[in-house]
Amino acid sequence: MIRVADLSLSIHSAPILHDVDLSIAPGQVVGLVGESGSGKSMTALALMGLLPRGMTRTGQIWLDDTDLAALDEAAMCNIRGRRISMIFQEPMTALNPVKTIGDQVAEALLIHGRANRNDALRIAAEKLARVGLPQDRFPLDRYPHELSGGQRQRVCIAMAIALHPDLLIADEPTTALDVTTQAQILDLLKELVAEDGMGLLLITHDLAVVAGMADHVAVMRKGEIVEQGDTETLFRTMSHPYTRQLLEASGHVPDGQAIPQDAPLLEVRGAVRDYPLPRTSLFGPAPQFRAVDGVSFTLMKGESLGLVGESGCGKSTLSRAILGLEPLQGGEILLNGTPIAPDMPPARRAGLQVVFQDPYGSFNPRWTVERLVAEPFHLLGSRPHDWRDRVRDALAEVGLDAAAMTRYPHEFSGGQRQRIAIARALILRPELIILDEAVSALDVSIRAGILDLLADLQARHGMGYLFISHDLGVVRSITDRVLVMKAGQIVEDGATDAVFAAPRHAYTQTLINAAPIIPPAWKEAQINEA
Amino acid sequence: MLRFVLTRALSLGLSLVVASLVIFAMIEVIPGDPASFMLGLNAQPETVAALRKELGLDGSLPARYLGWVGGMITGDFGLSYTYRVPVSELVMERLQVSLPLALFALCLSTLIAIPVGLVAAARRGNPADYAIMGATQLGIAVPNFWFAMLLVMVFAVQLRWFSAGGFPGWDAGVWPAMKALTLPAVALALPQASILARVMRSSLLDVLHQDYMRTARAKGLSVAQATRRHALRNALIPVLTIIGLQFSFLLAGAIIIENVFFLPGLGRLIFQAITQRDLVVVESVVMLLVFAVILVTFLVDVAYALVDPRLRRRR
Repeated sequence: MIRVADLSLSIHSAPILHDVDLSIAPGQVVGLVGESGSGKSMTALALMGLLPRGMTRTGQIWLDDTDLAALDEAAMCNIRGRRISMIFQEPMTALNPVKTIGDQVAEALLIHGRANRNDALRIAAEKLARVGLPQDRFPLDRYPHELSGGQRQRVCIAMAIALHPDLLIADEPTTALDVTTQAQILDLLKELVAEDGMGLLLITHDLAVVAGMADHVAVMRKGEIVEQGDTETLFRTMSHPYTRQLLEASGHVPDGQAIPQDAPLLEVRGAVRDYPLPRTSLFGPAPQFRAVDGVSFTLMKGESLGLVGESGCGKSTLSRAILGLEPLQGGEILLNGTPIAPDMPPARRAGLQVVFQDPYGSFNPRWTVERLVAEPFHLLGSRPHDWRDRVRDALAEVGLDAAAMTRYPHEFSGGQRQRIAIARALILRPELIILDEAVSALDVSIRAGILDLLADLQARHGMGYLFISHDLGVVRSITDRVLVMKAGQIVEDGATDAVFAAPRHAYTQTLINAAPIIPPAWKEAQINEA
Repeated sequence: MLRFVLTRALSLGLSLVVASLVIFAMIEVIPGDPASFMLGLNAQPETVAALRKELGLDGSLPARYLGWVGGMITGDFGLSYTYRVPVSELVMERLQVSLPLALFALCLSTLIAIPVGLVAAARRGNPADYAIMGATQLGIAVPNFWFAMLLVMVFAVQLRWFSAGGFPGWDAGVWPAMKALTLPAVALALPQASILARVMRSSLLDVLHQDYMRTARAKGLSVAQATRRHALRNALIPVLTIIGLQFSFLLAGAIIIENVFFLPGLGRLIFQAITQRDLVVVESVVMLLVFAVILVTFLVDVAYALVDPRLRRRR
């Protein structure tokens, strides 16, 4: 039993957490929901005693009869990993790349003096089998790089449960994973809670994930818990306006979508893209990996086309080929009837632009916003004399004022940067914009704003969108038609509503079933009330 | 792992072949004929003809190349024109000084740099870190011959702990020989250790912010345990690269220090050979140094694979 009472945190007198009260009973799953910067992760780090330096903390953290807040570092080392353990968001980097998975799981036992080396390895093997990594396929001497993201998260879970902790903290454990892998990891966590009777603090930004997992939910905003209670009751009543706002934003459907015309804009015919793999013999030809395998589709003018699939299915490879950044090994891609290839004239590139996922990494940090937004003009040979006016107009269209022009990207929030990226894509009035996971890194309320903006721009200028995402909910809300991609091939193609209502291909069905949802009955209460 | 070593060894062999071709071609493309180049402008035609014969310049290019390479493989590096002794003897004699000196300096620099870099990283932003960063900056800036002279003045002239220069040879015993190499090794190690300590510090700082360090702390490891068990090995990967580069440099680049301490090392040999236009010696010593550099690179590659399992491809 763990109970947090009046926990407050501040750094250099700036408040981070304010009077947080939370308790987690054995066998209970508590969901902690909120947007980025709301203090969810800081709450978890405070429980673990792993706060960044310079933090001031007040309040108590009771683990049974011990106040963890009063313990020194050595005593906390004894608690961490034994009584409270934690798994993190990014399984790809959470494991030491130069140590075997067996050693890393066994270390949890060794460090707390619970076993000698042989016993520790034996128990590590048991725990790995328990989390779905049996010894015959995943021996202890595997290294992390030999495992997928989901498998690595399982290793992290094995490590965390090795000593039967009273509490497991899972900080966005499935955010970096594909939807089917997410479903498996969530099932595993649920099973472990039920069998071991440990408490689980599940931190997530995704209301649908907590709806399916948690017994109790706390909603966090700006360092405060604004509402908490039994999961079903909380979803049915939603007494706090912020909770309601989160729910609305997460299922947001922009209105006023453009009507696609009956003229083809982008035609992809039998596209094939191969990559050379590392050589297996010194002189033989390098083996090839076919990332895109005979893909054909047509995108009409003014249409929003979704492309969904799990990581590694070839979505991004296909998008790079459509942008003319990489050559095809077979088939062709036509934009308005003219072929797209890496050696096409720059002016043709002006017809298609792209917005990427990461609003932090996709700008040169030393350029001003006006220079960033004006960059595509080089495709036309020279900047038009009125380029500053056009930059100002483009920024106005995405809802930023002219003062932004002389500022640098780091002065903007993630959502604002994504607006700048859209302005950059928009400035040449392209006919096609590729949105490669363009809203995946954004909080739900920011995401809703960007989706509205995209729909509005399309209604005004009639450009086509190719919307690439692993997030089915977003694709469902913004696209007219959807393609489902698996292992380099399009396995299903149809009107978005029809595909979601009655998926024909088994893989599409798996994807849709794996996506966590809030039970419709819980939402009905909301609608009726409204 | 075996496959990794074999492929690397094969690429080592290929690099050697290419390097030998380049060195041979460079000697051959020197304007005029090597014999008249070596003897200078005022040489008698008969002397040139005699040297041509001695160097075997009458044969065809491929035959001469094969003869040269074949000779080196069997340990016959030819006869030095100025010293009139086999080059292999000259080189072996000099290696007895240069190799231990390079190893000594490298050990010193590594033994100093790794703990120092570790302390600086662990105490980042504290006075200890600033002091170490300042000292390493100074270590890089100070010319090593000046530092060498300082060492001589303090430890040889004032304190009389070491001799000011010269090398007694290994026949005089290990201890006197090592003693003669100590001051030169310290002088050589100082800038190297300064660079290495900085690399170690920044590499460790990178690693300390990795997600797996947080995972280790969440398991219950203290900061010191997590650093020792998870950070060190990962931080060593860039450090290994620098160590490899430094060894190659120390082997042949110690010429100034060799001069300060009157040590008969490889650096001085090649310098003298160049000023005396002894092409036979130049050609062989350069090839030997290239061999040493390529061998060290190979060893560093193998060390990488030992440290980082991602580089050994299994199955």
